[in-house]
Amino acid sequence: MDILNDISVAGPEVLLVAVGLIGVLIGSLLKDAFNGLSRLLGALALAGAAFLAAGQSTGDAVSAFNGLYKITPFIAFAKTIAFGVAAVALLMAGEYLHRENMNKFEYTLLILFGCVGMGVMLSANNLMTLYLGIETLSLSSYVLAAFNRDSRRSAEAGLKYFVLGALASGLLLFGCSLVYGFTGFTGYEDIAASEQSLGLTFGLVLILMAMCFKASAAPFHVWTPDVYEGAPTPVVTFFATAPKLATVALLANTMFTVFGVYEQSWIIIVGAVSAISMLVGAFGGLAQNNIKRLLAYSSIANVGYALMGVAAGEVNGASAVLTYMTIYVLTSLGLFGVVLAMRRRDGQVESLSDLNGLSTSRPGLAVALTVLVFSVAGIPPMAGFFGKLLVFEAAIQSELYWLVAVGVLASVVSLGYYLKIIWAIWAKTTEEESLQPADSMVAVSIYGTTLLAFPVLVIWIGTIVTLINTTTAAG
Amino acid sequence: MQLIAFYILSTVVVLSALFVISSRNPVHSVLWLILSFFTAAGLLVLIGAEFLAMLLVVVYVGAVAVLFLFVVMMLDVDFKQMRKGFADYFVVGGMIGLALLAELAIIATAANTDQVRNFDPSPGADTNAEALSNVLYTDYLLLFQMAGIVLLVAMIGAIVLTLRHRPDVKRQNVGDQIARRRENAVEVLDVNPGQGASIRKENEK
Repeated sequence: MDILNDISVAGPEVLLVAVGLIGVLIGSLLKDAFNGLSRLLGALALAGAAFLAAGQSTGDAVSAFNGLYKITPFIAFAKTIAFGVAAVALLMAGEYLHRENMNKFEYTLLILFGCVGMGVMLSANNLMTLYLGIETLSLSSYVLAAFNRDSRRSAEAGLKYFVLGALASGLLLFGCSLVYGFTGFTGYEDIAASEQSLGLTFGLVLILMAMCFKASAAPFHVWTPDVYEGAPTPVVTFFATAPKLATVALLANTMFTVFGVYEQSWIIIVGAVSAISMLVGAFGGLAQNNIKRLLAYSSIANVGYALMGVAAGEVNGASAVLTYMTIYVLTSLGLFGVVLAMRRRDGQVESLSDLNGLSTSRPGLAVALTVLVFSVAGIPPMAGFFGKLLVFEAAIQSELYWLVAVGVLASVVSLGYYLKIIWAIWAKTTEEESLQPADSMVAVSIYGTTLLAFPVLVIWIGTIVTLINTTTAAG
Repeated sequence: MQLIAFYILSTVVVLSALFVISSRNPVHSVLWLILSFFTAAGLLVLIGAEFLAMLLVVVYVGAVAVLFLFVVMMLDVDFKQMRKGFADYFVVGGMIGLALLAELAIIATAANTDQVRNFDPSPGADTNAEALSNVLYTDYLLLFQMAGIVLLVAMIGAIVLTLRHRPDVKRQNVGDQIARRRENAVEVLDVNPGQGASIRKENEK
């Protein structure tokens, strides 16, 4: 066994762990002087990890660490996007943390270690690696949700997330133990090669449930609106982008590779979860007046659309899922950037009525938000439309017509709340003072993602689709 | 000889475990528990699992039992109050106990005794510390390291959520203490009888 080879295969995570550990040391020496610098260092490390993962996304599948860790082009691509958006989300947090008195270098460390967990769970090739990766990500997420410890709502969000997350971890472990008990293996290849039994199916369903919880798919979504509302906005920006993509990619990968042979057992479950998520996201969002809660329901619905691609199976759905999630998290980054930019002189605001009259007070932001909302709603010329088109196409190819029908219905219903935002921006007026100008990094990400979502640059979607197609074909 | 040691040790384990649940004073319970941990470690030595025996002493006696003692002594738990519902829970508790006993009986009858007799405490190595470390640090290196990271995240999380820097708390500053000289700490005064001395405070200088 060659340890250097293993380290180079797990390069992205090793880099993140190294920077994280160095960050712990520097932080304990420099204390508060390291707060601002740590974010820069963290973002650089994440960008470096994304770069390393991008390098792996064109190669072949390689495994390391005695078969516990395996990287395929599909996984490497998911990691590239996840680490990249995590870096942007980290940089976006800076000014907000400073203003709200949460400027601590531990924020960066928790994001870094959370990303390590993300990478490890994605490239897991063994149930034990999977569990440890998910736990590292979850533990960091719980602490991040409660990061604003002087705020009652943030503490509540952290506690809710922790208690429900512990339940999901329990389900995952129970599922893993059943799979291990009935097959005698924890390695993915061995499980895939073993005989199907009732206990294995039970374990598979429990593992699937735990992953749906982490990806906030209905009916395991109850924590999402509360956590999104209570947790600090930069933390939610992180939650809604990198881990979201990672968990959906993980779910797809686990179902395709480990349980691919037992497709008949899970396709109907994933299809049902997808349909319920789309409907819950569409109808649940209608009554929301808090923009963060509204985006939480929007993200539940979007996970539903992505799972439609998973239900379509590996051949038809793999590239559609990855493309859909990539477009969604990039749009999300911009949407939460707008939430970060919703700030009056006396602090952050997050009610839908605070967007009233945005078109006259801040026309640039209004146009950007309109494009982003249209994109996430899937209105034709925007990027989000192409993502939806791909998953619908995948579902039709796999003859899941009922699921497509539910998806179309949910899209129409969810237009109700997306148009409520547009209506507030363009048609309503307000007496209140206009919003403060956005922080530089937030503005960059808002307008950057707007450009990506806008039809002018729609060509990048074509490139990414071919790229993803080649990676999934190779994987 | 081994058989005699086994019977002595297992009698002590069973008796001390009985005393854990029957003694009225919770501090005594914890002390009995520590005794049963020690004798269980002795049993592990008998079957050749020395590493596990040491681990049991270090982890369970050194950490867990001390933690129990802390909880029992520091927290104001009303044990009389806790014993109150004994009759209510007796039926359910008794049933769970019987179920456990039945499971143990099934295992004892169904177990492959040959496998137990020929059990190798250190497969593929001379000592079991070596056998364990072969698995832990080579085959499962990634998992070992990830477990370390999970613990590190838990530590960082606990610190970031609970540590508060209070400005009015006086802390020890080692540098200041070492740099302190006799001249700025001690002052020799000539005190006249009946007048007393006026002492200048350090921060008024």
